[in-house]
Amino acid sequence: MKKHVHDNELVRKLNLIATRMRKKIIEMLYRAKSGHPGGCLSAIDAIVALYFHHMRHDPKNPKDPNRDRFILSKGHAAPALYAVLAECGYFDKKELLRLREINSILQGHPANTLTPGVEVSTGSLGQGLSFAVGVALAGKLDKRDYRVYVLIGDGEAEEGQIWEAAASASHYKLDNLIAMLDRNRLQIDGTTEEIYGLEPIVERWKSFGWNVLEIDGHDMKQILDALDKACSFKNGKPTMIIMNTIKGKGVSFMENNLKFHGIAPNEEEYKMAMKELEELERRLEGKNGED
Amino acid sequence: MERINPRDVYGETLVKLGEQNPNIVVLDADLSKSTKTYKFGERFPDRFFNMGIAEANMVSVAAGLASCGKIVFASTFAVFVPGKTYDQIRMSVAYSNMNVKLFCTHAGINVGKDGFSHQMIEDIALMRVLPNMKVFAPSDPYQAGRVAELMAEHYGPMYARVSREPMYQIYERDVLEEMEIGKSIKVRDGDDITLLAHGLMLHECILAARDLEKRGISAEVIDIWSIKPLDENEIIKSARKTGRVITVEEHSIIGGAGSAVAELIAEKGINAKFKRMGIMDVFSESGDPRDLFEKYGISKEHIVKNSMEMCLD
Repeated sequence: MKKHVHDNELVRKLNLIATRMRKKIIEMLYRAKSGHPGGCLSAIDAIVALYFHHMRHDPKNPKDPNRDRFILSKGHAAPALYAVLAECGYFDKKELLRLREINSILQGHPANTLTPGVEVSTGSLGQGLSFAVGVALAGKLDKRDYRVYVLIGDGEAEEGQIWEAAASASHYKLDNLIAMLDRNRLQIDGTTEEIYGLEPIVERWKSFGWNVLEIDGHDMKQILDALDKACSFKNGKPTMIIMNTIKGKGVSFMENNLKFHGIAPNEEEYKMAMKELEELERRLEGKNGED
Repeated sequence: MERINPRDVYGETLVKLGEQNPNIVVLDADLSKSTKTYKFGERFPDRFFNMGIAEANMVSVAAGLASCGKIVFASTFAVFVPGKTYDQIRMSVAYSNMNVKLFCTHAGINVGKDGFSHQMIEDIALMRVLPNMKVFAPSDPYQAGRVAELMAEHYGPMYARVSREPMYQIYERDVLEEMEIGKSIKVRDGDDITLLAHGLMLHECILAARDLEKRGISAEVIDIWSIKPLDENEIIKSARKTGRVITVEEHSIIGGAGSAVAELIAEKGINAKFKRMGIMDVFSESGDPRDLFEKYGISKEHIVKNSMEMCLD
């Protein structure tokens, strides 16, 4: 495995990509006039870290049996995955602007039969972690050294199937499985703790036999370090990275705003969001000398 | 005549398939002694995963293994898969088009004394409605093994159901070797009425046809073990010939093979009298399987009675 050096330049580069991906997401959702901005923006930093630095993958060979796998269990964040897959070259970027349109390869939620780079169809919450357990089992069976990364939502962890999967992953000692939980604390009807309390979330996962790391899910260095740490454990356990995030992160009026769970920005909101993100992009590009 | 457990044949077939193909993987949900997948587990412990009493997880795990090139058989009682796992089958397996073989046992009311909670009579309806999914219900114990072989040979999501009760052997080896997905098997030629059945009901139909013969009625009996895809040509041919069709199955009359045949006959404009026999949109109950077949109207006697009525009408 390659040795990661998480210097400031790498972090700046990944943050810049994440900002550009945020712009893409906003543009896609604005054009599609529907979708889930909040959960895309809370998850995008982790997805960028995986695809642009951490994971072993080749867009020209998306079925390589030795590839690391990424499974987006919280399928409603599909635009975040699509933006990254297109940027990596899994398919033409022009496709992004046809999100949710008829005859598009980009469905409202991921569909592996239509979109190159998507491992399995998701959208009905709770299944992706189980699917990842199957992929990890196959890796053990075939003695392949790939790793399986799966991103689940915090609301999604209310599904019983998540805990069935959690138990099976530790039972089968799947140390090649790394889950990331997008802890943005909001679900459609309110805060997670109001609706269906998830705390103590770290202890819950530990008690299911997992290594648990807790990080700031928008701090690129922390994400990279946590991924490396997750790969370094030698105790036969799967690893959960609890990422404390902000729903809508990166667009001020979307942050922690329940409204933007499942509603696309209107024209005015779109322009405001793009302006904010473009400013951030310029800063990260270093053009204003604020790097 | 001795009856044989289709489950036993399934378990032995899995071992044979495992010997032939290292990509065969088997999952079970704590019922491997009943489904007989334990035979595979004993022979190939590395490729057998007991997923515990957590069926939803098992189905999505099966999809994950399949995405890595495994041919995955997942087994438990039909009441649990598909019963508890429709959504997992729908998205992880069917929509994702994964090479997962759901081979489930204890389908139908022949489960008997455990009662309705364990008697699955909606599974065919649930699985038939899913795109990509193929649906099989073998009618002979060795045919169950052959179905498992066909499932392993052909790519894609598939569901098969077998009974808890042992079955009579109906077929010689050569008939089974010629089996193809989507092809029915004509068990008996007849001119007056067509009896279409799968599972344990095929044998009931054969017995009924013998009775009917004594009463001067010539019944054609066809095994529609491949419910999806259905053998449309043979069914239409027979329906046109006899002008009378009865379907018999250990399943709700709503949504099962009877419904599939009804759709076919109606859409093709076949001029034939038609009746579905099955569980009449009611919950069944505990009891001896024979008594249940009698009470819920799917025994040989009921088939004879319905056939007579249709022929004499």
